[in-house]
Amino acid sequence: MIRTSIIFLNVLIIATCGLVYELLAGTLASYVLGDSVTQFSLIIGIYLSAMGVGAWLSGFIEKDLAQKFIEIEIAVAILGGFSAPILFLSFARLSYFHIILYLVVFLIGVLVGLELPLLMRILKDQLDFKDLVSRVLTIDYIGALVASLMFPLFLVPKLGLVRTSLVFGLLNVGIGFWATWTLEPLIKKGLTLLRIKAIIVAILLLIGLIGANKITSLAEDNLFADDIIYSRTSSYQRIVVTKSRAGFQLFLNGNLQFSSADEYRYHEALVHPAMVLFGKPKKVLVLGGGDGLGLREILKSKDVESVTLVDLDPAMTQLAANFPMLVELNDKSISDPRVKVINQDAMIWLEDITEKFDVVIIDFPDPNTFALGKLYSTRFYRLLRKSLNEGGTVAVQCTSPLFARTSYWCIVRTIEAAGFSVKPYQTAVPAFGVWGFALAKVGDFEIPKQAPKNLRFLNDETLVSLFTLSADTSAVAVEINRLDNQILVRYYESEWRRYQ
Amino acid sequence: MKFTRREILTAFLSSPLALSACQNPTPQFPKGEIINTSQELGHKIRDGLKLEPALDNWKNIKIVIVGGGIAGLSAAWRLKKLGFEDFILIELEKTPGGTARSGESKLVSYPWGAHYVPAPMKENVALLELFNEMGILEGEDNQGQPIVAEQYLCRDPEERLFFRGRWYEGLYLYAGASEKDLAEFKAFQKEIDRWVEWQDSKGRRAFTIPMAKVSDDVEVTDLDKISMSTWLKRYNWTSPRLRWLVDYSCRDDYGSSIETTSAWAGIFYFASRMAKPGATAQPLITWPEGNGRLANYLYSQVKDKVRLGLAALEINPIKELEVEITTFDQNTSQAFGFRAEQVIFAAPHFLTNYIIRPYRDNPPKHVEAFQYGAWMVANLFLRDRPSQIRASYPLCWDNVFYESKSLGYVVATHQRGLDYGATIFTYYYPITELDVNVARKKLLSTDWQGWADVALTDISQAHPDIYTLTEQIDIMRWGHAMVRPHPDFIWNKSRFEAAKPFRNIHFAHADLSGVALFEEAFYQGVRVAEEILTSRNLKFKSII
Ligand SMILES: Cc1cc2nc3c(=O)[nH]c(=O)nc-3n(C[C@H](O)[C@H](O)[C@H](O)COP(=O)(O)OP(=O)(O)OC[C@H]3O[C@@H](n4cnc5c(N)ncnc54)[C@H](O)[C@@H]3O)c2cc1C
Repeated sequence: MIRTSIIFLNVLIIATCGLVYELLAGTLASYVLGDSVTQFSLIIGIYLSAMGVGAWLSGFIEKDLAQKFIEIEIAVAILGGFSAPILFLSFARLSYFHIILYLVVFLIGVLVGLELPLLMRILKDQLDFKDLVSRVLTIDYIGALVASLMFPLFLVPKLGLVRTSLVFGLLNVGIGFWATWTLEPLIKKGLTLLRIKAIIVAILLLIGLIGANKITSLAEDNLFADDIIYSRTSSYQRIVVTKSRAGFQLFLNGNLQFSSADEYRYHEALVHPAMVLFGKPKKVLVLGGGDGLGLREILKSKDVESVTLVDLDPAMTQLAANFPMLVELNDKSISDPRVKVINQDAMIWLEDITEKFDVVIIDFPDPNTFALGKLYSTRFYRLLRKSLNEGGTVAVQCTSPLFARTSYWCIVRTIEAAGFSVKPYQTAVPAFGVWGFALAKVGDFEIPKQAPKNLRFLNDETLVSLFTLSADTSAVAVEINRLDNQILVRYYESEWRRYQ
Repeated sequence: MKFTRREILTAFLSSPLALSACQNPTPQFPKGEIINTSQELGHKIRDGLKLEPALDNWKNIKIVIVGGGIAGLSAAWRLKKLGFEDFILIELEKTPGGTARSGESKLVSYPWGAHYVPAPMKENVALLELFNEMGILEGEDNQGQPIVAEQYLCRDPEERLFFRGRWYEGLYLYAGASEKDLAEFKAFQKEIDRWVEWQDSKGRRAFTIPMAKVSDDVEVTDLDKISMSTWLKRYNWTSPRLRWLVDYSCRDDYGSSIETTSAWAGIFYFASRMAKPGATAQPLITWPEGNGRLANYLYSQVKDKVRLGLAALEINPIKELEVEITTFDQNTSQAFGFRAEQVIFAAPHFLTNYIIRPYRDNPPKHVEAFQYGAWMVANLFLRDRPSQIRASYPLCWDNVFYESKSLGYVVATHQRGLDYGATIFTYYYPITELDVNVARKKLLSTDWQGWADVALTDISQAHPDIYTLTEQIDIMRWGHAMVRPHPDFIWNKSRFEAAKPFRNIHFAHADLSGVALFEEAFYQGVRVAEEILTSRNLKFKSII
């Protein structure tokens, strides 16, 4: 005789785990591939039909039901448990990510679909058929409810996607391991082997759980308001992509670089004034800006013949070339035949080149370290001047003139000290607040008045209005940022500290 | 005699550190080597190696410069600039530069010795000429002071200090300083300011560079009679932090401790680098390879006159306007001879007693006064940077350990602007022992493994990951690294005697200034070149 109540606990957990895996896959799919309605219904469709396939396949299993049932449970544990980590790691590396995704969903669906019919057949001698069906199905649906409530309320916010997946895998294998006792009378041979398999899978999942910190740490999961969907520590920085209702965000070392919802305001403002001021630029240089978003704006101009993009971090430019959401957002700009990508420190690169450019777009992270501060020094801007064609123009992102007013003006004055005329300008980017830029050229110039057609943000009126500064962002007295004083890093630190 | 690991670490670091290091299993050592110098040949020369060049290995030439360090190269640079071409420079080593030489790697060049020069002030005309020629300067400011191009000034952040598990900005340990500490530090700065402002009746400063232009007023020269430590005591300054700073400065510039450095030299370090009272010290000029950049530039200008690997064995002034120089060529193992009218002796001064024949036969008293410190320099090639300690000041150009006898390390990639990944640390250890012979013995009896262990163990206090990050560690042992300005040396008449020409041998070396600085070596070289041309009745405009 076997204890049916324990078997029903089994059903509950199987049901919960199954649905959790499905939800995980759906969430990840909509994060990475965007368009959540389609993704969710596709995942649900594939999952349910795969369960049907599983149920049908169960008809081919004739004997050793209990043993097969436990083996399937172990298989679900390993596949479901590792589903999120596998998908997570294949995000940016594989262009056929969606194939892997659907395959994983399908396989889990088949396995889960096999479970219930088998279990019902195992129990058919213990209970009346009518009791059996009603209890198993009730518990199955309760399990689904538990999962769908726990998933958004507790699991994702507290554990994050990767850990949730691994924890449920553990739960799955745990229950399978337990079943080797409850179903012991029905198992004819290979009991020990089954237990060993279960233990091995449990150990693998535990290792995965410990290793999960390598992907995202718990502390980091809590640091960001939204779910982390990609993260990697490159040789230069920590790159994190999060996903929220409004879109996705890129963070470098914990500092927001853009939000997909409003980055067009920032990038249009960064790129077009300098492009328009030059006229018809042919050779453009981008320093920093490895996300390819500024590049997208530059490539809108058909006059542009070549763009050189110099970004320190190959991990960043690879992300921009391969990460589906970002590729869509930057309109495949990194892979455009006109673009040449160079992964090197911009300052060292500038020291060594003899090439000259019409327009230079500078999109470095804010100067919060000495390594970044040097990219805002008089020396740097002097090197830049040497690499400009006659009449060449430069646009520089200069942090917020509102939150870091001294830093902003320090950058403006430093560019001037290097022999440029500068027009400061700014725009509002909801994700950042008021953001500041500098438009620079050697010799006096008038602000550009005509915006390119068909932009989302800039038209002629807004273009002109960018150049009016409000009273609370107007000029303040500053020192010039030089390599040997790095005053900007000190300004920046003291200003932003107030907001932390 | 072989020392144990524990004994070596105790001797050069501290016994608690040695104890704890030896409790752990002996770490895996990276590869590396002792940089080969011509020490053995040097010893043979001292022991009176005599070789007779074959008859057709003799050559006549007007001037022979012995020594291709900064002094010798500067003399050559000056001669050539004034159009005098009939000379040769012979250098014992196969690389030029002397104690300012540097090494090269795929990543970046790095120093083996001298690594910086404070920005010169307008009075140092000769040096400004060189720096202008090299494109280091960009005009002058409204006070006529030269402006150094930004990329040659030491990039911020410049220095940090490691104390009890944390790095702090700068070299004075402000963290945890008491009222008394700060008051004494302020009083000290005020006293230095007083010396910066001080002028004698002829308008000469008490301390300036080159030191040939300083005042010889007794009020100043009396400072040379006492040690820096005694000087501090005079003011009742006992703050350990102040004492540390001053001691560090003496060790850093002269390789001698606060007790063995003359107060004149100790104050010179601070006061000669300030344009006016209250001003910040002159900014530092540096390159990844340190002063190797200067040595290599000078060498490039006079290359056609330089013979590397050629050691002077004997210099014999046989009659007026005739000196015989016998040399040994390390490349061919042959002896060569030169008959010159004049010689510029730009090798370390203690060697005069071994090389100049009349000195060897009858050693003059003044040579003994020159005493030399011993230094170990290690270059550590790291695959990546040590992990940053949280809430600690970030990696700087110069990184010093408060609680160590070493001078810490300088980062070669800093000035190049390479801020991530692989780098090279140059670690400096002067042996400040009072008895210079004991110091030299300690230096030379410690082998590669011993010195690598000292460097790694010392650095591991701040960077426990240094063992796994270091791929290679090379060691240079400078037996006679630099002259020590011990009390009663700078203003003792021996130093002045030594600088006077002996028959037709003229002397140029930083030693003659008593303070081992690039500027002094350069000055001595230029001075002697001009001294010789004057003796030959050539007309030119002096730059010194
Ligand atoms: C570890 C270290 C760190 C230093 N740091 C600094 C610093 O940061 N800033 C600074 O200003 N100064 C520094 N100095 C001092 C500086 O290097 C010297 O003051 C200056 O470079 C000395 O130049 P020099 O030409 O007078 O002498 P040396 O450099 O001693 O040159 C003498 C040359 O003579 C050669 N020679 C010797 N014997 C013979 C022979 N028989 N025949 C032919 N040639 C011979 C030697 O090989 C050598 O090349 C440092 C020195 C050391 C050792």
